[in-house]
Amino acid sequence: MLAALGRRSVGITELFGHLGHFVADTLRAVPDVRTWGRQIFPMMRRIGVDSLPIALFIAAFTGIVLALLASYTVTAAVPLYFVGALVGKTTMLELGPVLTGLALAGRVGANIAAELGSMRVTEQVDALETLAYDPHAYLVLPRVMAGTLMFPIIVAFAMATAIFMGWVAATTLLPITTAEFLRGLRLFYVPFDVTFGLIKSASFGFVITMIGCFLGLNTRGGAEGVGDATTRTVVYSAEMILVLDAYWAITLLRP
Amino acid sequence: MIEFRGLEKAFGAKVVLRGVSLTVRDGETMVIIGGSGTGKSVTIKHVVGLLEPDAGTVAVDGQVVSELRRRELTALRATVGYVFQFAALFDSMTIADNVAFGLRRSGAMSEEQIRERVTESLRLVEMAGTERTMPAELSGGMRKRVGLARAIALRPKYLLYDEPTTGLDPVTSAVIDELMIRTREALGVTSIVITHDMRSAYRVGDRIAMLYEGRIRQEGTVAEIQQSTDPIVRQFIEGRPSVRAEDVAAPGAVPAAEGSQP
Ligand SMILES: Nc1ncnc2c1ncn2[C@@H]1O[C@H](COP(=O)(O)OP(=O)(O)OP(=O)(O)O)[C@@H](O)[C@H]1O
Ligand SMILES: [Mg+2]
Repeated sequence: MLAALGRRSVGITELFGHLGHFVADTLRAVPDVRTWGRQIFPMMRRIGVDSLPIALFIAAFTGIVLALLASYTVTAAVPLYFVGALVGKTTMLELGPVLTGLALAGRVGANIAAELGSMRVTEQVDALETLAYDPHAYLVLPRVMAGTLMFPIIVAFAMATAIFMGWVAATTLLPITTAEFLRGLRLFYVPFDVTFGLIKSASFGFVITMIGCFLGLNTRGGAEGVGDATTRTVVYSAEMILVLDAYWAITLLRP
Repeated sequence: MIEFRGLEKAFGAKVVLRGVSLTVRDGETMVIIGGSGTGKSVTIKHVVGLLEPDAGTVAVDGQVVSELRRRELTALRATVGYVFQFAALFDSMTIADNVAFGLRRSGAMSEEQIRERVTESLRLVEMAGTERTMPAELSGGMRKRVGLARAIALRPKYLLYDEPTTGLDPVTSAVIDELMIRTREALGVTSIVITHDMRSAYRVGDRIAMLYEGRIRQEGTVAEIQQSTDPIVRQFIEGRPSVRAEDVAAPGAVPAAEGSQP
């Protein structure tokens, strides 16, 4: 049991070591703008724009549920307009970034791992290298940059959608007026809430795309290997999102 | 010149190469033959640094590949054309973009020149007119020829062909053999050709080396290999299911004439 735990932690340490090298190689490819420059906009569309529907879908329902939960929790002692405060705060600080991140770990991370994994097992990555391309510049950088840039944008839209739907739910299903909802929304709001949510989102975007690229390019052994890389990407990304979420709360939210 | 010196490579517990030593001289075509899974592909992947040797070295023009820095390795790769066993075409790109891909990298040619070179390369492998097709729409043999076009489009100094004619019909195989011979004559390239097809080996090769159990079993000119008395080599080039007993019993003996077997 202890030995198994030991083996697992050695495995994880080793994995992080390889990942560290991988990140360093990717950063070293940054000056090679000619290779990744042309790729970045198509990638931003694929990772960003195409992810919007699922992100907004999740956000819409989260907003509705948050409004109802808030009104259910608020007792007679607390005025109803707190519903607005709760919806706003939880959306911006936590649920917007984390729920979107988890959903996109599935959509974006798995997609990258499967694509690069197939390229690896069909020797397309080898072919790239023999044609004097650096896979870090050609494949990894555009994806990681697009992820890091587009995640905050997607999450910003998700936050707006969640709050909007929270307002719709509050005004139609609950005895709250628009003025009250807005009053609650403004009550505890500080601009840092949004900044915090967006910084988190950028870090999620970076981690998800990096893990997808790393596991994809390290795929071994045919279709089964590709499936394995895809699954592991989703699992590791989800874990890393939760770890990072705690990390940012500890470093940025303590007084 | 490409020199393999005591090349060893294992994947986990599986030892593939146990000390391959072979010299490919400038301007010659070296054919590597050997059974399936003996490590022929693994051997030539070391030439462009796709694999790192466990021991031994591979040197191209005197530069040891595994000791090159990233930039030097990239420069070396730009002089080597690699035809992959299963083509390895980029399936997200059209055929034209596949062939143009390496040309765009160097930045030395205009789009106009690239287009001309692509058309010409595709014509050489008898794939003219497929420019706008996607790889998935082609048959295995057609993809293989596009892979060949992609490699020769670069006009490299070295060409590594991993089974260029396997899976092609006899006529197309002969066309590809012709193309390899002409490419060598026109561009003076040094090539390594991996093949199972002995007819093709005799046609394109200056010398032939047989890889067996992780080492070079025999190396020699086409004539030398054809007259080999090594039972393992004879078995392979004649395509017999087992080693002939009398060859083993009398190593070094001149093999019996064809047709004298019961
Ligand atoms: N990346 C790899 N990881 C693990 N094992 C590998 C890898 N590449 C090759 N091998 C193993 O090395 C051995 C030799 O493979 P290789 O592809 O060189 O054979 P080959 O001589 O080219 O055979 P064929 O004529 O069938 O193409 C095989 O047993 C293969 O399973
Ligand atoms: Mg092979």
